Amino acid sequence: MSMINYASREINCKIVYYGPGLGGKTTNIEYVYDKVAPETRGKLISLATETERTLFFDFLPVDLGTIRGFKTRFHLYTVPGQVYYNASRKLILKGVDGVVFVADSQIERRDANVESMHNLYDNLAEHGLDPRRMPFVIQYNKRDLPNTSSVTELEQELNPTSAVSFEAVATRGAGVFDTLKAVSKQVIKQLS
Amino acid sequence: MPRQAASWSFEEQDASRIDRLLESFLYESNARCALLVDRTGQLITIAGERPTFDSTAFASLAAADFSANDQLASMIGEQEFSSLFHQGERESMYLADVARRVILVVLFDDRATLGMIRIKTRNLVRELGILFAQLFERSAARAGTRRLETAWADDAEDEIDRLFGSR
Repeated sequence: MSMINYASREINCKIVYYGPGLGGKTTNIEYVYDKVAPETRGKLISLATETERTLFFDFLPVDLGTIRGFKTRFHLYTVPGQVYYNASRKLILKGVDGVVFVADSQIERRDANVESMHNLYDNLAEHGLDPRRMPFVIQYNKRDLPNTSSVTELEQELNPTSAVSFEAVATRGAGVFDTLKAVSKQVIKQLS
Repeated sequence: MPRQAASWSFEEQDASRIDRLLESFLYESNARCALLVDRTGQLITIAGERPTFDSTAFASLAAADFSANDQLASMIGEQEFSSLFHQGERESMYLADVARRVILVVLFDDRATLGMIRIKTRNLVRELGILFAQLFERSAARAGTRRLETAWADDAEDEIDRLFGSR
C-alpha cells in the first residue's frame, strides 16, 4: 500500500523480509546497509533481544533518489521469525508492497520453512493480500552449508506457484542484491 | 500480476489544509512539533520545529508503538487505546489516532501542559478526521485511474539496477 505524497513529491514503498527464525532475514538487511552508498540509506533500526534475535523488526530506508520529480524510497523491514512472535509479524505486514521469503536451505529446517510459508499466507490473508497476486520473491539462503536440501526439493515444497527465486549466501552477500532488485522492480511495476 | 494503484495519495491542497490545522494547534497548545504518520509507518508531514532526529525512523517506530498498543488494548478487552502518552524528563510525546489510518504525534516540553495538549488534541483529531475521511474517499474513487507515468517506472528500474546492480 504505497503512499504517493504529491505535496512533498515522495513515494515510499514497504518491502518485508519474512521467513523462519535464524534464516538470515536480518543478515540480508545488514548486508544491504553495509554495501549501499551511505548517502542513499538511513539509519538501521533493530528492535532485538539481548542475544540479537529480532524481537519486533529491523528497519532500513533506502533512497532511490529523485525519479521524475518524485523522491522514491524503499522501506525494508524484517519480521521476527520465531513462531511465538506472530502478533508482531502481523503488524509489520500492514501496508506491505512486496515480500521476500528467506528460506533456510538446511535439511533440518524444512518443516520450519513450510510452517513459516503457511503462516505468511495466513497473515497476508488477514490484510486481504495473497503472495500469488503481489510482488513476491523467494530466497534459498545458506547454500554454502553442507547439509542443504536441493533447490529442486525446496522449490517443490515452498514454491508451487513458481515465484521468482534466488539462491543465496547472505553472510557473504551472494544473492542478496539479486533478491532485493527483483522484488523492488516488481513493486515499481505495480505502481505504474 | 494484477496492477494496483497506490491505496491513497496526498495532494497539495490536502497538505496546506493540514498544515494550517497543525500550525494553529501548535500555537494554541504551546507544543513544539506535530507529525502525522500513517499506520504503515510512513511519515506524511511535520509541522513546527524541525526535529533533529531521523524522522523516517521515528515514523516507523511510532507506528509500531501504536500498533503494538492496539493489540494490547484488544487483549484487555478494549477496542483501542485512542491516545498514548510517553513522559520524559524534558521532552514528552502524545500520540492520537486519526480516522484509524493515521497517527498524530505531538512533541512537547515543559512550556506546555499535558492537560492543554489533551484538550487541544481532541479538537484537532476531530478536524483531521473529517479531512482524512474526505481524502480516503477521494483516493478510493480514483483507485485505478491515477497512476504514475510509465517513464517514471522505467527510470526507477534503471536506478534500481544502478544502486543494487553489480555487487
